[in-house]
Amino acid sequence: MTRSTKMRTPLKNVRRLGSAKEGADHFWKQRMTGVANLFLAVFLVWLLVSLGGAGHAQVKSALASPLVSIPLLLLILSAMVHMRLGMQTIIEDYVASEGPKLVCLMLNTFFTILVGVASVFAVLRLTFGA
Amino acid sequence: MADAKSVRGGAKIARPLSPHLQIYSPLINMVMSILHRITGAALYFGSLLLAWWLIAAASGPQYFGYVMFLFGSVPGKLVLVGFTWALIHHAVGGLRHFLWDTGRGYDLKTIDLLSWGSIVVSILLTALVWAAVMWLK
Repeated sequence: MTRSTKMRTPLKNVRRLGSAKEGADHFWKQRMTGVANLFLAVFLVWLLVSLGGAGHAQVKSALASPLVSIPLLLLILSAMVHMRLGMQTIIEDYVASEGPKLVCLMLNTFFTILVGVASVFAVLRLTFGA
Repeated sequence: MADAKSVRGGAKIARPLSPHLQIYSPLINMVMSILHRITGAALYFGSLLLAWWLIAAASGPQYFGYVMFLFGSVPGKLVLVGFTWALIHHAVGGLRHFLWDTGRGYDLKTIDLLSWGSIVVSILLTALVWAAVMWLK
């Protein structure tokens, strides 16, 4: 079919592929979690350096404090959102075919939620001392 | 050159793709851009290390001792130094991107300075962190 006989505009092809109002959503969340991660990662490095080579009892008593466990929980949440968005971009860049791309995007979500929930569970268990 | 296949009106049309990495000679800002993505992907899987450490601590002294023994071994330490550098480099690269997000720092001199600066600063900070680890021992 040649262009001259086609009466439809290209708008038809992009309808229902997403609202333009969500255009900056991915970008904005990546930046917001990035800012949060900056501060929380500094905290993590400080925590790990000060606990470097510490025994189990010491780590447990450090994590019993909400001043330690709350920033850790925030870091886990913020980092998992940031990681998921970043890996989504990588997948969309390199996985061209639709089927494998969907599978990868799904695995990306599953991985980040699994790592996040497992880490949060471990922190809570240490904090509440099971 | 590679062709992209797109479908329009049921017929497949071969379209040329823009040239990729191997066409260009490496520039420092390009290398830093690639490193930002590589360190990001490394940290993605490196998050398993933090999860593992936390789970080990929550499991009890015996398993925690075993994991700390692994982290304390030479290959374990190498992985942790690599993780530290990736984390710091990605963070410093993030700062660079925050500046660019404001629309500033796009002249070539500043781009080169920021790119060289991020690799130098990330290596120095990594050395500083590990000096602190050794010193506190």
